[in-house]
Amino acid sequence: MEWQGSAEEHSMAANNTVGDVLRANGVSRRGFMKFCAATASMMALPPGMVSTVAAAIENARRPSVLWLPFQECTGCTESLTRSHTPTVEGLIFDAVSLDYHHTLQAAAGQRAEDALHKAMEENYGNYLLLVDGSIPTGDYEAYSCTNGHTHLSMLKEAAAGAAAIVTIGTCAAYGGIPKANPNPTEAVGVQDIIKDKPIINVPGCPPIPTVITGVLAHYLTFGTIPELDKFGRPMAFYGQNIHDRCYRRPFYDRGQFANSFDDEGAKKGYCLFKLGCKGPVTYNACATLKWNEGVSWPVQSGHGCLGCSEPDFWDKGSFYRPVSAAYWGDVKTIGITAAAGAAAALAAGALARGKQKKAQEEQA
Amino acid sequence: MDRLSGIGVKVESGQGLEPELRGNALPLLHEIRHALARLIEEGEPTTIDVQSLPMGPGDLRRLLDALGEGEVRAELEALGKTVMRESRYSGVWIIEHLNGSGGVASRFIEISWVPSLLQAQVEDVQKGLTELADALATAGN
Repeated sequence: MEWQGSAEEHSMAANNTVGDVLRANGVSRRGFMKFCAATASMMALPPGMVSTVAAAIENARRPSVLWLPFQECTGCTESLTRSHTPTVEGLIFDAVSLDYHHTLQAAAGQRAEDALHKAMEENYGNYLLLVDGSIPTGDYEAYSCTNGHTHLSMLKEAAAGAAAIVTIGTCAAYGGIPKANPNPTEAVGVQDIIKDKPIINVPGCPPIPTVITGVLAHYLTFGTIPELDKFGRPMAFYGQNIHDRCYRRPFYDRGQFANSFDDEGAKKGYCLFKLGCKGPVTYNACATLKWNEGVSWPVQSGHGCLGCSEPDFWDKGSFYRPVSAAYWGDVKTIGITAAAGAAAALAAGALARGKQKKAQEEQA
Repeated sequence: MDRLSGIGVKVESGQGLEPELRGNALPLLHEIRHALARLIEEGEPTTIDVQSLPMGPGDLRRLLDALGEGEVRAELEALGKTVMRESRYSGVWIIEHLNGSGGVASRFIEISWVPSLLQAQVEDVQKGLTELADALATAGN
């Protein structure tokens, strides 16, 4: 995926439907149906909906997309560009009109800024705004700027003409790591600033590339905002928690746990709950979509989930304390999780609390 | 080395041991059995998106081994390569869409008489008819 053509060319291309663009590229109907099957899968839709997706994509207009990177590490863009699936996911980006992304585009300086403003003017009220990175505020607003403009002012300006905003990554969604205690730049997420536009949060540190493109594919296909949960995340990808979809869940139910990263339990692939896995309180699609072309995901690699798609995940105690002994969730949340599991897990939590207490006593 | 599978990894545990969890391979085989019966009795095809299911280590391998290789294998070259092969159970097809680096971008199990993607599409046939007619006209026939 790379910056191709000028903003003017993109704008002209935006008048075509996605079907027009694919046909112009010599894509056969058979190829188109394959694209739709892969896209439906990407959107977590059942295979039976492929014909519905095909009908919608055929006539979908190419939306103009502006991507503004703010106070971020570029990991979210890296995640997307390392998706290794140029033939399908890349097409999603060919099918949208990516008019501005200062990390990926060739244009720089004033030329880049001109392209941004031209795209905003020509598509005012209709473009999709993608944001990654948090936004410094207050006395620290100037700590994150592009070409002399603070990111707070850029966000407000770009959001005014957007049809909807998609936040890419936990930083843009909830403030993420820049917001972590003591939050030296008074960083916040987009939803803390913009209150009058639909916002789709796609958190993760970084988000799974398929989830990013899946959300874009949904908007491209249906022109609507997908169903969201209470944190503004698409239910299709964040509707189930890691623990419920984890292949190690049967070990949890049997009370079989790894007690250290190199004990017999770890070698046998037992549940990582006692080693601090945040799967029970984390909502994301890692357990099914996985990472690196579906090779593996953190829990399969032997490390517990960090809960990176949850608000303020960095400030909720040690990654290595069990959820029942740390600061995750409240009594009610943990109570529900424990009730759904087994008494063995409660015993594990009690054991961990005992260890925690002992450690505190030793520190004192 | 351009593939993840090219990274040398030494596995110190689990070799030769029976896995304690059987994962989703067996339930999926039962689902496929029901889908095959439905195809025969009602003519209704079924598609299973394997990527939407939580699969543990070795789970997918066990599933694919159980399905095995059948008589038919076809490749589609459209927006990258797609490999469609019949399993040892006739009517059960494994369809893999490959990405630019040869990895599997999405994997489906289709239970049908013939995979829908393998059939010629009306729009492509119409286009082919027009092109053939034009070619013949150009050649003066």
